Amino acid sequence: MAKIIREHIHTLLEKGMRQDKRGLLEFRKDISVEYGISPKSAEGSARVRIGETEVVAGIKMAIAEPYPDQKDRGTIMVGVELSPFANNSFESGPPSTESIELARVVDRGIRESGAMDFRKLCIKEGEKVWQVFIDIYPINDAGNLRDASSLAALAALKDAKFPEYDKKTFEIDYKKLTSKNISLEDEPIEVTVIKIKDDYLVDPSVEEEEWLDARLTVAFLKDGDICAMQKGGNGMLSTEDINKMIDIAQDKVIVLRKAL
Amino acid sequence: MGELFFEERNIVVPGDKLAMGMDYLPAGGAFRDGECIRSKVLGILGINGRVLKVIPLKSQYRPRPNDMVIGKITDMTNSVWFAKIDSFRDGVLTVREVPEYIGDGDDLSQYYNFGDYVLAKVLNVNSTNAGLTMKGPGLRKLSGGRIIEVNSAKVPRVIGKAGSMISAIKEKTGCRVIVGQNGLVWIQGEPEHEFVAVEAIKLINEKGHLQGLTELVSEFIDKKMKNVSKKETEEKPKVEEKQVTQEKKSDKDDEEEQPKRRAVGRKASKKVAKRSKK
Amino acid sequence: MTTNKRTDGRNFDELRKMEAKVGVVSSANGSAMFKIGNTTAIAVVRGPKKLHPKFLQNPETGRLRCFYNMVSFSGSGDRVRPGPSRRTKEINLVMENALAPAIDLSRFPGSSVDVFVNLIQTDAGTRCAAITAAAMALADAGFEMRDLVTAVAAGLVEDQVLVDLNYDEDSHEMGVDIPIAMMPNEDKITLLQLDGRVKKEKLNEAIELARSACKKIYKVQRAALVERYE
Repeated sequence: MAKIIREHIHTLLEKGMRQDKRGLLEFRKDISVEYGISPKSAEGSARVRIGETEVVAGIKMAIAEPYPDQKDRGTIMVGVELSPFANNSFESGPPSTESIELARVVDRGIRESGAMDFRKLCIKEGEKVWQVFIDIYPINDAGNLRDASSLAALAALKDAKFPEYDKKTFEIDYKKLTSKNISLEDEPIEVTVIKIKDDYLVDPSVEEEEWLDARLTVAFLKDGDICAMQKGGNGMLSTEDINKMIDIAQDKVIVLRKAL
Repeated sequence: MGELFFEERNIVVPGDKLAMGMDYLPAGGAFRDGECIRSKVLGILGINGRVLKVIPLKSQYRPRPNDMVIGKITDMTNSVWFAKIDSFRDGVLTVREVPEYIGDGDDLSQYYNFGDYVLAKVLNVNSTNAGLTMKGPGLRKLSGGRIIEVNSAKVPRVIGKAGSMISAIKEKTGCRVIVGQNGLVWIQGEPEHEFVAVEAIKLINEKGHLQGLTELVSEFIDKKMKNVSKKETEEKPKVEEKQVTQEKKSDKDDEEEQPKRRAVGRKASKKVAKRSKK
Repeated sequence: MTTNKRTDGRNFDELRKMEAKVGVVSSANGSAMFKIGNTTAIAVVRGPKKLHPKFLQNPETGRLRCFYNMVSFSGSGDRVRPGPSRRTKEINLVMENALAPAIDLSRFPGSSVDVFVNLIQTDAGTRCAAITAAAMALADAGFEMRDLVTAVAAGLVEDQVLVDLNYDEDSHEMGVDIPIAMMPNEDKITLLQLDGRVKKEKLNEAIELARSACKKIYKVQRAALVERYE
């Protein structure tokens, strides 16, 4: 932990500035979404870039038996791999707590929002349902993997097509994709707002993330309803903080939605 | 007679056959392979008569005695600090190599704490460690300012011939700048000025291999600084404030004696000081 | 395979379309992307850093370690389960053996230099694409190398020798898969594996075909490295 960097961030913030000259509530300019980056292998895939930060996500589908308590519903599973590939300080090995948290927040945004109708993933009630795997791989971490990951997951879902399968054996032919999309009732998008001392910032750099006091990730639906939230960091937030951070996030979600 | 396959300043990659014939000689970045001279790095070909060398575009920092480096304190025992100098070798700083008197049983973190950046000199290097010292003019804990990283192959470009590039950056931006041989660079100045210095150094890191670098960087800084001073004249009170800090800075310049390879830097900062007094 | 062409219309000695780019991951010292047909590999170099645990260290030189990873949506069938499989571990080893002869890490004793390769999509030839990308990333990071390393799979389908197999050819029941890596200027082989049944004469024919294919891939690698700095 380098104090010099924290002090520098603080000194600049007092003057309303950031280390890369951006405004406090300014996203990096170059935000892009590219669909179908793994068309041969995945049922859906996408690449998201926010500045130099890059994340790829892909969809794989399988047919499985439903959970006993949800006989007419398919399932989703979200995974994120934070490996040294994208950032030297990430550890190799089994998923870190941080990567699980990241995955679970993305998962909740999609699952709890009603953005996906899980009944539409049912093939035969009580017997066969679709399982949708959403896997997210950061390629380059230049800050704000959270927002980039959630956007990549959504974009990959939008890109996905059901594969053909044998109606009797339920065996999937991954080589043949149908024209049928996974129907999305809505499009949940996350925006993370961080708090450093008394200031709120969006789209944090790696250094800002290291020195944040608290962060709040908010997932929004198209109509502005909130569908998932996660407070992070060791600091504390007042109700006023939370309201302000939600307002900022809602204002910024437009920037990301435009890129889709 | 031998045959040359590339021209001066061509970009060559590892394995490339540079020349054929025993009358050519390999220097840094090149090696002899039977009749051939080949490149062993991605770099720019330099031809000096019959001597072929390849100047690498990037490299890994390897500490050498007398290098001035910027290290980050990562660990300590009761007699030794460990500093990361961005190499696989630990930088090791013993209590004997710091100017402060350290009593028996003192908590070392009162002097140099975890996460502190220090300007130190490499004393000796073995296969696992690099011994460091803090005894010497200008060597100290760095406070304030910011740290950026450049590739160690670009360090000579950031410093420039006889310190010309670094002097120009300091003079034009009014910032204090220290370049560690390990590629860490410390910069301190008024925010707007600091931004210009940072961008200029990043530009050298990206384009340092191009010819006419000095002019490129010079023009870049002049253009950026023009915008900065325009902003500053629009907000007059700030200008005065800045002058005060710059004068303060000039007092500090003596203690901030730059290490040998960057000795020119001092003169440059004085010039800035004079200008700001006018 | 009764016609003169392959299922995807290529000639027997023809490579799939290639694309290479160096410096694709800004947070790494060295990085490169290599795409051949529908196989895409991205390689990133981390280190040198002190190798832990200590007994793995070699006091005389640095250690090259490779981490091959098919991302879970990159397979041509079911989802690939994350985490290292026996196959992955073997590939890591043969990649290290393929690259080690080219790179000189003697200046970094006791350290490790780690190459991470993510396969974003796959259509056979993944270890070869991974090696080709890794060699570019190592050169981009500024390591001293005698040569680049270039890899391609040669093979046989129904006794016909061909190069750069796609998934259909690779999984053909009478198919033989021979991944080969070469140092193009040294003209030496650093990876050789074989999977299938083959006569000795045919093997030599396949190696020759791989050799000339590697020369073509090498041109793409070299151009990408030069382009990064022009």
